[in-house]
Amino acid sequence: MRFKARVLEPDEIERALRRIAHEIIEKNKGAGDLALVGIHTRGIPLAERLAGLIERFEGVRPPVGVLDITLYRDDLSEIGVQPRVRETRIPWDVTGRPVVLVDDVLFTGRTARAALDALVDLGRPQRVYFAVLVDRGHRELPIRADFVGKNLPTSMQEVVKVKLRETDGEEGVELWER
Amino acid sequence: MGALAHLLDFAGWERSQAESLLETARMMEEVLERPMKKVPALKGFTVATVFFEPSTRTKISFELAARRMSADVVGFTGAGSSLAKGESFKDTLLTLQAMALDAYVIRAPVAGMAHQAARWLEGAVVNAGDGRRAHPTQALLDAYTLLDDLEILEGRKVAIVGDVAHSRVARSNAELLPLLGAEVWAAGPAGLLPERLAGARLTTDLDEALEDADAVMVLRLQRERMDEGALPSLREYVAGYQVTEARLARAKADAPLLHPGPMNRDVELEGTLADGPRSRVERQVRAGEAVRMAVLYHLLVGRAA
Repeated sequence: MRFKARVLEPDEIERALRRIAHEIIEKNKGAGDLALVGIHTRGIPLAERLAGLIERFEGVRPPVGVLDITLYRDDLSEIGVQPRVRETRIPWDVTGRPVVLVDDVLFTGRTARAALDALVDLGRPQRVYFAVLVDRGHRELPIRADFVGKNLPTSMQEVVKVKLRETDGEEGVELWER
Repeated sequence: MGALAHLLDFAGWERSQAESLLETARMMEEVLERPMKKVPALKGFTVATVFFEPSTRTKISFELAARRMSADVVGFTGAGSSLAKGESFKDTLLTLQAMALDAYVIRAPVAGMAHQAARWLEGAVVNAGDGRRAHPTQALLDAYTLLDDLEILEGRKVAIVGDVAHSRVARSNAELLPLLGAEVWAAGPAGLLPERLAGARLTTDLDEALEDADAVMVLRLQRERMDEGALPSLREYVAGYQVTEARLARAKADAPLLHPGPMNRDVELEGTLADGPRSRVERQVRAGEAVRMAVLYHLLVGRAA
């Protein structure tokens, strides 16, 4: 793979998340009852950071859950590799509260579809929002994000690499080409 | 990683494979803790339970596991008598093969039948117990239950007590637990011990096996399988080998007590122990479901080339 461009620097990620946190609070009219769910892998630290920012702005820290969508993938009967099933841990009641699903990149929309199915199997949220750091386009399903850090038009040959301190030991978003 | 081809026994297994399967089982147990205990992972797959020997609990456990994963399930229960004939066994499997199912869970009274089925059938085969030979999902659920209590099996002493000679549970545990680092002891009267059991130290001295044991696994006394003369008398067995509160004093203080079921109360195990704080019998049933969900996942997902 060939490196093409640096898309977001650490401080830009920080500012994007701060804006998203404000937008979540505004759209939800406060942080009351709000909860966040991070999708494996990088959605989890992003959800934690958003929870921290919402706490800073509103004085209450929304609970954060962890969601693995593996058992909800739509290609399990046709793939030749076996994805590892990871932890799902949502230690609070999903039912009746607004929930923000958080992921790093929105691409085909298939992960979001799986995450929605997984989430509603756990309860009946009052409503579900979707927050992503990068929306790179090329949707294959009618899915859109409510909160977007950066809209990044890409070609199908390009790869968006999100690196976060918590999972990668470094911070930044890069564009690579296959 | 690709899919596991079959689960027949643990021959040729690596530690990391067993650990990865047990880790998946832990994820599956979270599904069982939900109000709605079902995920769509195996939608479109069909699993057959093919039982040539009666076993309600293992069959139900596999069927539940498959349904929790949204697989379709068909059940076949062969009459014990027609089965002794190898040909009818093969015919049955060829009929199932014609239905092009994805996985076959096979329980058979004769050792090696699941291995044979794996050669005849195109789908994945799970050995749900073949004669005295192997019962790998039981060993996996035992390991899972032990890990709950002991966290790691490395260096832990596990005592298996009772009718070792007739026990596929003992044999599979003697394969799996040492793979995970445990030291396995198998104790019973001379007539109920095999000549050798790879992976385990055999002893007729129950106290030696229980001494400092981190966990104790009591086997069912299989009276229906016992050859004439293997056991002097039931009374003698109880006197010498029944696991009792008093005898357990030699094991570690909170050593968990496992039993594969069904249990002969007050024969292999003092009745009060079965309901006591050490007993993990109910835990084993739940672990069985999670482990079997994991097994089906490891066999079926990633199989398409």
